Amino acid sequence: MKEITEILKTYNRQREALLPCLHAIGKKYGRLTEKMAMLLAKELGLPPTEVYSVASFYSMFRFKKKAKYIIGICMSLPCYLKGSKDILAVLKKELKITTGKVSPDKKFAIEKVSCLGCCDKAPVMLVNETRYENLTPRKVREIIRSYKEK
Amino acid sequence: MKILLKNIEKENYKGDLKNYLKEGGYQALEKALKMSSEKIIKEVKSSRLLGRGGAGFPCGLKWEFVYKEKGRPKYVVCNADEGEPGTFKDRLILEKDPHLLLEAMAVCARAISSNEGLIYIRGEYVEGYRSLKKAIKEAEKNNFLGKNILGSNFSFKIALYRGAGAYVCGEETALLDSLEGKKGQSRIKPPFPTFVGFKNKPTVLNNVETLANIPAIILGGGEWFSKMGSSASPGTKLYCLSGDVKKPGVYELLTNITLKELIYSCGGGPDGKIKAILPGGVSSCFLGEKDLDVIMDYKSIQEKGSMLGSGAVIVINNTRCLVDVAKRCAEFFAYEACGKCAPCREGTKRAKELLTNITIGKGEPGDVELLKELQEILYDTSRCGLGQSAISAIRSALEKFPDEFERHILKKKCPLGVCRT
Repeated sequence: MKEITEILKTYNRQREALLPCLHAIGKKYGRLTEKMAMLLAKELGLPPTEVYSVASFYSMFRFKKKAKYIIGICMSLPCYLKGSKDILAVLKKELKITTGKVSPDKKFAIEKVSCLGCCDKAPVMLVNETRYENLTPRKVREIIRSYKEK
Repeated sequence: MKILLKNIEKENYKGDLKNYLKEGGYQALEKALKMSSEKIIKEVKSSRLLGRGGAGFPCGLKWEFVYKEKGRPKYVVCNADEGEPGTFKDRLILEKDPHLLLEAMAVCARAISSNEGLIYIRGEYVEGYRSLKKAIKEAEKNNFLGKNILGSNFSFKIALYRGAGAYVCGEETALLDSLEGKKGQSRIKPPFPTFVGFKNKPTVLNNVETLANIPAIILGGGEWFSKMGSSASPGTKLYCLSGDVKKPGVYELLTNITLKELIYSCGGGPDGKIKAILPGGVSSCFLGEKDLDVIMDYKSIQEKGSMLGSGAVIVINNTRCLVDVAKRCAEFFAYEACGKCAPCREGTKRAKELLTNITIGKGEPGDVELLKELQEILYDTSRCGLGQSAISAIRSALEKFPDEFERHILKKKCPLGVCRT
C-alpha cells in the first residue's frame, strides 16, 4: 500500500508511525485485517500482539468492516441535556437496528460516541466524517432518508 | 478585550496566511527571533500566564524548566486533544486561526532551543486537522516554519499527529505515550514531561489556548498582560457555555468575570431555572445558584470546592434529574477509563452500576455511602487526573441533592419522572 510506505518513510520506520498507519489503513479498507497487522508488525519491528494491543485500545480503529455509513451519536452530558436520547430513539426506529449493530443491507450502523466538541450546537451526530448539528427528530429523519436514497 | 479571538471575531476573517499577516500575524515571531531565550522566558513569566488545559500551571516556569535542561533534542508539544464533555474552545482556534498556534509554537521553540514541534489533535476534529495541515504548508512555503526561519539561524518544523478516540490522551503523559505509537496510558509522575517527555527528552507540553496567548504577550509585554483580568490568573479565558442556556457558545472574557455575568450577560440567561452548574466539565463538582457570584478564575472556583478545568460551563435546569445526570457522567468515565490502574478501571464501572441501579429503582440504602467511599478511593489512588476526578461530580451531586437520591432509593421514585423507576 503506497500510503503506508510513505508514512513509514516519514517516520523513519520508528514506532511513532503506528497510529498514522492505522489511520491510513482504516480509511482505505474500513478495518484492520490480520494481513495488514502482520505487515505493520514486520515493518516496525514490533510483535504482532503489540500492534493488536494498540489498535484495540483506540475506539477509532476497527477489526470488522462495519457499515457504509457509520452514525456516531454524541451521548456526552451537553448533548444528553439537549435530547440526544430522543435522537438515538429516532435513529433506532428509522434504521430498525440497536446501538452497535449493523443493518442487514450493511449500509448503516449506529454507535454512541463521546463528546465531539460542538456542545453549543447540541445535539450532534456524525455520519462518517460529516457533522450534523442542532438536531431535532424531524431533521434526523430527513438526514437518514437522504442517506437511504444514496 | 480580545486576545485569542481577536481575529476570529472579525467579519470575513478566513484564517489563511494572507488574512493572518494582514492582522499583524508573525510579528511576534519576528520580534522573538531578535530576543534571547532568557528574555522571551522572562516576558512569559512576568505575564503570569497559567496553563489553560485545566491544571493552571505557570507557563513561563514550564518553559524555563525545559530551557535549563541539558538533554537534547528538546520538543514543543501542543495538546489539541480537548475531550472533556462541554469543551469546544480549542476547536475554534484550530479551525479558524491555525497560524496563531503555529506562531506561538515557533516562539516557544525559539525560547527553549527546540527544532521540532508536534501537535496532537483529536481524531474527531477532522476539520481542525485539515486547516492545520494547510496552515503548516503555507507557513513552510513562506519560511515562517522550516529551515533558517526569516533569514535567522533558527530552524523549526511542526508535525501533525491524529489521536484515535481516547479521552485519556488529553492527559499529558498519556498523550506522550500515544505520540510514541503506544496505547495512551498515563505515566507515573514525577518525572514530569519538562524533564522526561517525548521520547524521554525535555518537552514543553502546552494546551492550544495557553499557546494562543503567547504572540500577544511577546508583542505587548508580560507586564501588560499580567494587569488584565483577575490578579490570581491574569488575561482572558475562553469559556465554553453549554447545556440549559439561551445562547450557548465560546466566549472570551477577562478572568475576573463572575459566573453570573457569563451566564446572564453573554449566555442570555438560563433556559429555565438554574438547578446546578458544572464550571469545568463532568470532572468538576456541581455549583448551585448561590455560587453565581464566584469569579471565574482557577483559585476562586477552587475555593468554592470545584474546579475551572478547561472552562466548560454546563448549565443544568430544574427539570433535570440529578441522579440521571450523575449516571450519565458515570457512564462516560466507565467508557473512557484506560484500564491501566485498578481503582479507576473497576471503580468507574462500579459507580456506573450503582447509579444505573438507583435510576431503575433497584438502589439500596447503603449505595450512597458506597459511592462516597468509591470517590475517596479513586481520588487517593488513581494514577492520573482522569481517575482522580472521575467521581467528583457524582460525589458533589450526592452531597448537594441528597433528597433526590434518597427518594430514588427509598421510595423507588424519580421525583421529576425522568428515570424509569
